[in-house]
Amino acid sequence: MSQFVKFTIDTIECMATRGQYLVDAARENGIFIPTLCNYPGVKPKGSCRICTVKVNGKLMTACTTPVAEGMNVENESAEINDLRKSIIELLFVEGNHFCPACEKSGSCELQALAYRFKMLVPRFPFQFPYRSVDASHPKIIKDHNRCILCKRCIRAITDDSGRSIFAYRKRGIGVEVVVDPKLGKQLTDELAQKAMDICPVGSILVKEKGFNVPIGARRYDKSPIGSDIESMQISKI
Amino acid sequence: MGQKITIEPVTRVEGHGKVTIHLNNEGKIEQTRLHIVEFRGFERFVQGRPYWEMPVLVQRLCGICPVSHHLAAAKALDVIVGAGTGDGLTPTGEKMRRLMHYGQMFQSHSLHFFHLASPDLLFGVDSDPIKRNIIGVALANKDLAVQGVMMRKYGQEVIKVTAGKKIHGTGAIPGGINKHLTEEERDYLLHGDDYMNIDKMISWSQDALEFFKDYHKNNKAIIDHFAEFPSSYLSLVRKDGALDLYHGVLRAVDSEGKKILHDVDYQEYDRYIDEEVKSWSYMKFPYLKEIGKKTGWYSVGPLARMNTVEFIDTPLAQKEFEQFRKYNGGKPSNKTMHSHWARLIEILHSAEKIKELLNDPDLMEGELVTRGTKKLEGVGLIEAPRGTLFHQYKIGENDMITMANLIVSTTNNNQPMNEAVNQVAVKVMTGQKEITEGMMNAVEVAIRAYDPCLSCATHALGQMPLEFEVYDAYNNLIDRKFKH
Repeated sequence: MSQFVKFTIDTIECMATRGQYLVDAARENGIFIPTLCNYPGVKPKGSCRICTVKVNGKLMTACTTPVAEGMNVENESAEINDLRKSIIELLFVEGNHFCPACEKSGSCELQALAYRFKMLVPRFPFQFPYRSVDASHPKIIKDHNRCILCKRCIRAITDDSGRSIFAYRKRGIGVEVVVDPKLGKQLTDELAQKAMDICPVGSILVKEKGFNVPIGARRYDKSPIGSDIESMQISKI
Repeated sequence: MGQKITIEPVTRVEGHGKVTIHLNNEGKIEQTRLHIVEFRGFERFVQGRPYWEMPVLVQRLCGICPVSHHLAAAKALDVIVGAGTGDGLTPTGEKMRRLMHYGQMFQSHSLHFFHLASPDLLFGVDSDPIKRNIIGVALANKDLAVQGVMMRKYGQEVIKVTAGKKIHGTGAIPGGINKHLTEEERDYLLHGDDYMNIDKMISWSQDALEFFKDYHKNNKAIIDHFAEFPSSYLSLVRKDGALDLYHGVLRAVDSEGKKILHDVDYQEYDRYIDEEVKSWSYMKFPYLKEIGKKTGWYSVGPLARMNTVEFIDTPLAQKEFEQFRKYNGGKPSNKTMHSHWARLIEILHSAEKIKELLNDPDLMEGELVTRGTKKLEGVGLIEAPRGTLFHQYKIGENDMITMANLIVSTTNNNQPMNEAVNQVAVKVMTGQKEITEGMMNAVEVAIRAYDPCLSCATHALGQMPLEFEVYDAYNNLIDRKFKH
């Protein structure tokens, strides 16, 4: 059996290594599939559903679906994009996302996707939930208002023995991500910065370092989300 | 039967207001009040947010002078992060902030003079309101209108290169600034194409002053005697007595020029200044504690600054300042409409300062931020376009804001504006049976001289049209006129 498989995304012929997840295979072929909970090098979870595509007519999450020979993937259709936009809108109305005073503004993946999908006014009513800000840790602030429960921090930030420093607390609608009280001391400066960088929104903030990056030099100031991947496709053509 | 007249909305001011005029049984004006009826609550809802968010969060109070709030908050936080009380920053940190501030002063003053005030000067207080606006100015005096628009644009460009955005940027951070000026940005502002260069801005600032002085010559009654009343004046001044819009010590003088607040450190401002709350306005009434609630009120802003400082450290503005002081016999000017004159001198001073800073190599290299031993409380003052702006913050051990107090420029001018409104109302409305457009505008002209930002003053929310209402002695509404 060949090590490579051929498949199509929006009728574009693609090639990838067998077993690769669709989202990674698409990236290597210069096609952007948006993600929020997924992060390179972290075990995929498929929880945010923003990477939903249609594989042979069936809705599937691209971050947890391995590529297979002959797959027909639908990525950029009006239906799929509206589904993604509705997920972004849901995330905005479910929390309290006030971009103007958020230091992740300009570097925030959720905000960048909202721009990409041209979200103006969400179709759902704002919930304005009461959520707290936890500043008890000496190195970081956990702002629950902005958390989208993607679990990136839980999965990626671990101590030397592989234990997650972040954890879920409470249940159902009240669930929140917190620093595990038993492992909080293991959060080094380096891990704290990594946690802030890996957070797709502004929910984890390293203390006392806000707004150091000037406007114009922030992550998405010059190249909107996905444009780096898509420029590979253009240069291939 | 007594009456009360209400003027609402007050137009061509930033924000919205209402004037009520209370008449007695003889139909004479008993009292006039400027009501500020918006409410926002910034001081409360910043509590529980991380301190370093403040410069970016509180500047949302205003879209006209966000830079002033941005910098006043940053100055307060400099104290908290141990970067000194206004003079401890690195040269790059301080000079970039100053450049941002002078850009702000230049654009805001230009906006006020050309867009808001010049229609009254060009066409007269009681002229047709259809004509009495910036479009009317553009039709009658194209050059003046173009200068106004371009000067505002230039100031906004200065803000953009220092704060990252023209409105609501992020440049100042606790302990310094987050960027240098690039060579490209410097050259754009120094030697940009016509009109976008600093020499043109300086020459236009001089032209605007000449325009005003010409007007003054022919209209002494309105410039020298409209809403003229004695007031005390307060502002920051540099330690040597020079005009300094970014930093200094607090000085107040009385209407005769006698010092009543002696160059004190503003970190302890609450030892000297308190605020009184009145039931009919959301805007507080600040006063000097030593003198008391009744007569301790003071004015802030361009006129106040010209009355408190001893000199200006840029040559062209100094010359104008000398003329201003000479005209007023070396004493404070108590003439409300001289605010416009003072504002124009500051436009020229800001342009000269911008040129000086653009030629300074410290903007392009050097350390951006400095920090020292952390404190739990800090006060930041700045001379905003409309006057002295106070920001005070306290933080908890976990770096979150526990207390915020903002006294904005317009709040400082609350009592003076009420005085001015009363003066004018008594003059133009006494014995009149009907409120006319001209009378309402006369009252507005007095308010407008202070360039008030009413939404800032209440940290306000929502719409505020200007409404004039007349109440009788029994507090029954008997007449009401709206201005939109």
